[in-house]
Amino acid sequence: MAVAEDIRPTSETLLKVRAPRRPANMGQFIRWALLFAGGIAMVMPIAYMISTSLKWPHEVYNLKLIPDEPTIDNYTYVLEDGRFYWWFVNSIIIAVITTVSNVLFDSLVGYTLCKFRFPGRYIVFIAILSTLMIPTEMLVIPWYLMSQQFGWLDTYWGIMFPGLMTAFGTFLMKQFFETVPDDFIEAARIDGLNELQIWWTVAMPLVKPALAALAIFVFLGNWTAFIWPLIVTNSVEMYTLPVGLSSFGDEADVAWELIMTGAAISTLPTLVVFLIFQRFIIRGVVMAGLKG
Amino acid sequence: MANLILRDLVKTFDRTEVLHGIDLEVADGEFVVFVGPSGCGKSTTLRLIAGLEEVTSGTIEIAGRVVNNLEPKDRDIAMVFQNYAIYPHMTVRKNIGFGLRSSKAPRAEKEKRIEEVATILGMSDLLSRKPSQLSGGQRQRVAIGRAMVRDPAVFLFDEPLSNLDAQLRTQMRLEIKKLHQRVGSTIVFVTHDQVEAMTMADRIVIMKDGYIQQVGTPAEVYHKPANTFVARFIGAPSMNMIPGAVNGGGTLALETGGTLAFDRPLPEGRKVTLGVRPEDLGPGHDNPVIEGKVTVREPLGHETLIYVGTASGEVIAKADGRTPPEVGETVRLGALTENMHVFDAETGEALA
Ligand SMILES: Nc1ncnc2c1ncn2[C@@H]1O[C@H](COP(=O)(O)OP(=O)(O)OP(=O)(O)O)[C@@H](O)[C@H]1O
Ligand SMILES: [Mg+2]
Repeated sequence: MAVAEDIRPTSETLLKVRAPRRPANMGQFIRWALLFAGGIAMVMPIAYMISTSLKWPHEVYNLKLIPDEPTIDNYTYVLEDGRFYWWFVNSIIIAVITTVSNVLFDSLVGYTLCKFRFPGRYIVFIAILSTLMIPTEMLVIPWYLMSQQFGWLDTYWGIMFPGLMTAFGTFLMKQFFETVPDDFIEAARIDGLNELQIWWTVAMPLVKPALAALAIFVFLGNWTAFIWPLIVTNSVEMYTLPVGLSSFGDEADVAWELIMTGAAISTLPTLVVFLIFQRFIIRGVVMAGLKG
Repeated sequence: MANLILRDLVKTFDRTEVLHGIDLEVADGEFVVFVGPSGCGKSTTLRLIAGLEEVTSGTIEIAGRVVNNLEPKDRDIAMVFQNYAIYPHMTVRKNIGFGLRSSKAPRAEKEKRIEEVATILGMSDLLSRKPSQLSGGQRQRVAIGRAMVRDPAVFLFDEPLSNLDAQLRTQMRLEIKKLHQRVGSTIVFVTHDQVEAMTMADRIVIMKDGYIQQVGTPAEVYHKPANTFVARFIGAPSMNMIPGAVNGGGTLALETGGTLAFDRPLPEGRKVTLGVRPEDLGPGHDNPVIEGKVTVREPLGHETLIYVGTASGEVIAKADGRTPPEVGETVRLGALTENMHVFDAETGEALA
């Protein structure tokens, strides 16, 4: 007995020392491999975009990543083309206004649905949520007919109006306002703030990370929106960037090198937006962590 | 400074009545503590006073003015919440100053007021910190500062100390009491901790299930509990309850045997409950009440609590700290008649 007990722990320890190392290595290997594959999948399109933007037209269908004769002519061409600036400005205006509008109004509605009890509150919430299930493709025709009647075709307002508020944003903000304790709001009420002031000075700063996330979503979504802007705009000056870029080239040939050049340039603002708001997200997480 | 009067206050949530007619007068500058078990309606009462909930019926009067239909900000009250409700995104200065946002006083005056409050609370050098850089006690002080800065007529506290550890709680208890002596405002303080209630209150309001059970000074509710609920709620360990009946000639017969002579008039023939506090009950007493075997001893130093198994259940008594009875020993426990409480067995109301 005593001997058996003496031996057993040693063999077990041996096993223990060995056993976990292998799965850890395997697991780690798989994890790295997956991450690497994911990384490649993310980077490849960007790499091709940049590579193509540096190619001459005849080289475009050659899938080599490094162009044989790199050129920056495409960039000079796109940047010297006045239309590109129009589209860029249009996209900026639309994305910025839509983002601001969503951040304000989604959170107003989300806050109201979250923190006020009123008859029909639940029905309103369900109604808003249910619109999430209708895809854009189904909506563009009614939108178009409506815009036609109202005379909104080919205007900024026409491009923007469907996205000024989103059900998703409202839902997101409602969920985040749940994390703001009611005490905070009641304390402010006792201190004499009106409801709008409470929303703005107390509730909004506490959901900054969510606002930043929403801002990124909405900005990117509008920056890359294609179908609706394509349908609602007619004149080249009203095009947004994606619509405009797709119009490069003629009926016979798509000018991929120009499209990719435009795309490469148009990713810059999204990068800027992401870098600005990402800080808020990280800071928000840090703040939340320190609180309790 | 102002008094506060609640008249027949009723509150109903979705047809469930949770307060059934609260009547209370709080004098100017008085420190009143609401105490009672969870769910008895303490917070609801406080929130009605604050104006955070609408009154179903009855009136609330602050400084001679019915405030039922006034907004919280117009009631001249300030409230401190259990989890402080100080804003993590603002500095201590901003948090304290928050209560002044709607005031029209000039900026310099507001600043002065904030400094003043910070000095009283000993937080002058913490003004530029964020709440995340403060300890629990300091956060609670900020919350109190925010309430103080407006110099309200009535302070409302809803379990402000329950998030603090025991030592800090004792310290803050004292600080709030000192603060009260210094600013002299009327305070309504909610807690479910009877020690907090006893140590801080001028008067205690004991609530249960939406009814007030008793209102009185700490001494009154301790020495003259109005019913068995108050008797058992106030004081730790709880009062012993021994069933019995009143015999002729003002004597009390216990179910466990034994008769006690009473000098106070008792209603003859009534079934009663005899209440004796553990600290009033002990072995080797001239006036024996009950006997049993010691099951557990809890030495507390200067005295020892003994748990005694008797014919009517376990009874807690106090014994000498140096030579307490052994576990298993049979003891006869007695008490002075004046320390005995007699309650109606059915209604629980105090009889004598
Ligand atoms: N908004 C509400 N809707 C419905 N019922 C409520 C609401 N607020 C409180 N109640 C009910 O009213 C009763 C009293 O609640 P209250 O919060 O006043 O208790 P309390 O004495 O403060 O208890 P605790 O010590 O746990 O804080 C409880 O039964 C509670 O369920
Ligand atoms: Mg409560």
